[in-house]
Amino acid sequence: MDFWGMIYDLCIGFGVTLKLFALTLVFSIPLGFILAFMSMSKIKPISLITKLFIWVIRGTPLLLQCLIVTFVPSMLFGIPNKDFKEFLGLETMADLQFMFVLFAFVVNYACYFSVIIEGGIKNISVGQHEAGKVLGMTKWQIFRHVVLMQVVRKITAPMSNEIITLVKDTALARALSVIEIIAVAFEKVNKYAVLSPLLYSCLFYLAFSGLLTLVFYYVEKKLSYYSV
Amino acid sequence: MNMLEVKNITKSFGQQEVLKGVSFSLKQGEVLVIIGSSGSGKTTLLRCLNFLETPNGGSIYVNGEEVFSADSGKKLSDAQLRDRRLHFGLVFQSFNLFPQHDVLKNVTLAPTLYRTTELKKKKASKSEIKAAKAEIIEQGETLVDMVGLSEKLHEHPCRLSGGQQQRVAIARALALNPDILCFDEPTSALDPELTGEVLRVIRSLKDQGRTMVVVTHEMEFARGVADHVIYMADGIIEEEGTPEEVFGNPKSEKTKLFLAAGFNK
Ligand SMILES: Nc1ncnc2c1ncn2[C@@H]1O[C@H](COP(=O)(O)OP(=O)(O)O)[C@@H](O)[C@H]1O
Ligand SMILES: [Mg+2]
Repeated sequence: MDFWGMIYDLCIGFGVTLKLFALTLVFSIPLGFILAFMSMSKIKPISLITKLFIWVIRGTPLLLQCLIVTFVPSMLFGIPNKDFKEFLGLETMADLQFMFVLFAFVVNYACYFSVIIEGGIKNISVGQHEAGKVLGMTKWQIFRHVVLMQVVRKITAPMSNEIITLVKDTALARALSVIEIIAVAFEKVNKYAVLSPLLYSCLFYLAFSGLLTLVFYYVEKKLSYYSV
Repeated sequence: MNMLEVKNITKSFGQQEVLKGVSFSLKQGEVLVIIGSSGSGKTTLLRCLNFLETPNGGSIYVNGEEVFSADSGKKLSDAQLRDRRLHFGLVFQSFNLFPQHDVLKNVTLAPTLYRTTELKKKKASKSEIKAAKAEIIEQGETLVDMVGLSEKLHEHPCRLSGGQQQRVAIARALALNPDILCFDEPTSALDPELTGEVLRVIRSLKDQGRTMVVVTHEMEFARGVADHVIYMADGIIEEEGTPEEVFGNPKSEKTKLFLAAGFNK
């Protein structure tokens, strides 16, 4: 087995891992805020349905959710996945599989994030909202200019935990034949009957989560220019 | 004409009637001091004036304009509510400064947002908005200077003493130039040695002709600064009059007891 050839292939696989990781974050954080607001809504049905949804998603395995998503177009809308692929303008079935995985990841992580975000928002004292109100600020202005940065600061630590978990959860994508780094590694293991590709892929994860840990450390330091 | 006229305000929380019909009026430049034991409804009254609570009954007029009436039946829109509450300012017992913003930004944030929204509605140019912002910053600096904190302009609230924080809160409330400024026990959360600096600022506001409603337990200060004193007990005005009348010669037994307890402390 060519060592550098293997490392190269692992890099390609890790590229897919990173793509899934980054896209999940980009979509699930805003969706997490939306779910948090819906769950805190004064309109009872909205709040209840959102809470129920979050409970179901957090209470079931992500792996199952990935699998279930692939049946949604055909079972619910009667669209075979082949046509659904065309509908989304995707080139290959592999792209479609990636989309399914991404969708499941975004929804799953948005639910976890929303719980953290809701906790952060509820943690801001009413006094802060009232101070904004008596100064004639709108609800949106109070959220944007008074509450948001305080929430961000409160949630960085728990969020960074989830985000590091997300790095490792991307390995589940393999179940839907997304060729991320572990899939690549297993292919080598089977082909050459050696374990080392798996160990090398561990190093990729370790390096990346180490980098993230540093980033979060830096962000937390940046945000701690004031105490509450 | 009275600057502020409060007519028969009532407010209940569930079964508990906290305000049982409170009426008073205030002329421009006058200072009304409200005293009363804890739980008598003073905070609730100020919160009603600032639209943080909606009274169950009664009405409020500012400069002859009705800003609230429980009978009118129609609910105010958020925008109407904001415009009307800007007649009032409120300084909280617990300061409630915005911890992530420095002193100047605490003072200028709300007026900047208010002005830029207005200007954008009128489709003002970028340079007009920029000029307005610069003007607000200048006013903010003047206000911070007035409360004696020009050296702390770019400090964050966590780096200030309680007394300094409360002075920033006063500057922040003044930045929107309210007709009537309300104080809810502005020195109750402070160490005794820090109350003086806050009370001096309030005093100086009286000298500048500010119309104010002050809830306080500082009897000496109340006596010195008030044009009119109200003693509240159990949600009603038990006694009112000039400081000389209420402090010097109280008529009600309850007032006498309250004052005696207060001065012995
Ligand atoms: N949001 C509220 N919900 C229920 N009861 C309240 C609320 N706010 C105040 N109260 C009650 O109203 C009464 C008067 O409170 P308050 O106006 O704070 O009095 P004061 O400021 O004179 O001490 C108290 O008994 C208090 O428990
Ligand atoms: Mg009170």
